[in-house]
Amino acid sequence: MKPRVATVWLGGCSGCHMSFLDLDERLIELADKMELVYSPIADIKEFPHNVDVTLVEGAITNSENEEYAHIIRKRSKFIVAFGDCATTGNVTAMRNRFTPDEILKRSYIELAEKNPQIPNDYTTLAQLLKKARPLHEVIKVDAWLHGCPPTADQIWFAMTSLLEGKIPVLPPAYLRYG
Amino acid sequence: MGVVTFTMDDVQYSANEGDTILKVARDNGVHIPTLCFLEGLSPVGACRLCLVEIEGSPKLFPACTTKPAEGMIVRTQTERLKKYRKMIVELLASEGNHQCAVCVVNGHCELQDLAYEVGLDHVRFPYLYPAKTLDASHKEFVIDRNRCVLCTRCVRVCHEVEGAHVWDIANRGINCEIIADMNTPWGESDLCTSCGKCVRVCPVGALLEKGATVGELKKERGFVKVIVTARSKHEWITVEDHEEE
Repeated sequence: MKPRVATVWLGGCSGCHMSFLDLDERLIELADKMELVYSPIADIKEFPHNVDVTLVEGAITNSENEEYAHIIRKRSKFIVAFGDCATTGNVTAMRNRFTPDEILKRSYIELAEKNPQIPNDYTTLAQLLKKARPLHEVIKVDAWLHGCPPTADQIWFAMTSLLEGKIPVLPPAYLRYG
Repeated sequence: MGVVTFTMDDVQYSANEGDTILKVARDNGVHIPTLCFLEGLSPVGACRLCLVEIEGSPKLFPACTTKPAEGMIVRTQTERLKKYRKMIVELLASEGNHQCAVCVVNGHCELQDLAYEVGLDHVRFPYLYPAKTLDASHKEFVIDRNRCVLCTRCVRVCHEVEGAHVWDIANRGINCEIIADMNTPWGESDLCTSCGKCVRVCPVGALLEKGATVGELKKERGFVKVIVTARSKHEWITVEDHEEE
């Protein structure tokens, strides 16, 4: 059976996923070696059970991210923090010096051109956490893939090692923030 | 001048009396990581990255301020030192607000280089996200304290080389910060000569020239108001046009 792989987009800009698509023709090779069981680029509603490898993009910035992170941990054997936001908080964590109320006021009242109002229907909306956190401060992480975004070559290196059942030990050249 | 002989990483070296372990290491191609050290400024041993082991002592010594003694046995790359160096970089990362992706020195940063050198794949300490300030009141330069690692190179270069002593450190512990003129806005400093030495010695993106950040670049569309005369290749004399506007 092919390894079951998932990719998740939490508090990030999707740039890491864009970089994943930059694998270009290597995606075809990758598709032969694995089964993509969950991803923002695949229309699957619920995070499945028994996932072998999950790449998680983005920081943990709202209640939904946090809840999801725990589900992902329970259902995945191996978790990779995918990119700088998942690894350090990065741009997502730049809001941390302000309170969620200050941020919402700035975004939805002060900068609103029309109908200034703070969204308040939290039955459908996730609530901002007090601080955005890197993934490993919330759940156990097994490997880190840096960069904003990680390059396609870094992703390829990590994915090929993971699919061979190895923890990717990134060569120094692939240790690269920003 | 006397000479001392000592051993560093199992190799014997002769040092002039007064030389530090770091100087001997650098002169002989032995790499010891540093951050607060800058040749030409007085060493302060503040960042602790250049710590070395000296046989016979349980303490660790900063190579930038420690002088070798006759027969001393120094080690610069033990597992214990590597562990501590990594921890130091992790603490520096967690105590500031470092977002490489949006920093003016991304790719040219001594903190980034150190992170790569110690193999920093993630930071094990909780990020503190301290509330730091930014002062853009100077007409040419900016200090962004979010990125400051408190190496004090700016403090020392301003005091020791420029002789102006604009910069100092205020507060203690996590509240430490670099201040201008006893805590006045940099742009109002009576002492600052705008020489820019502090900007040049800053190992990170905490001190920067205006115009360096994304979105700041403005195209100058007006007439050129200076006369440029070529002296020789790549060397120019600029004569300002003093015509009244």
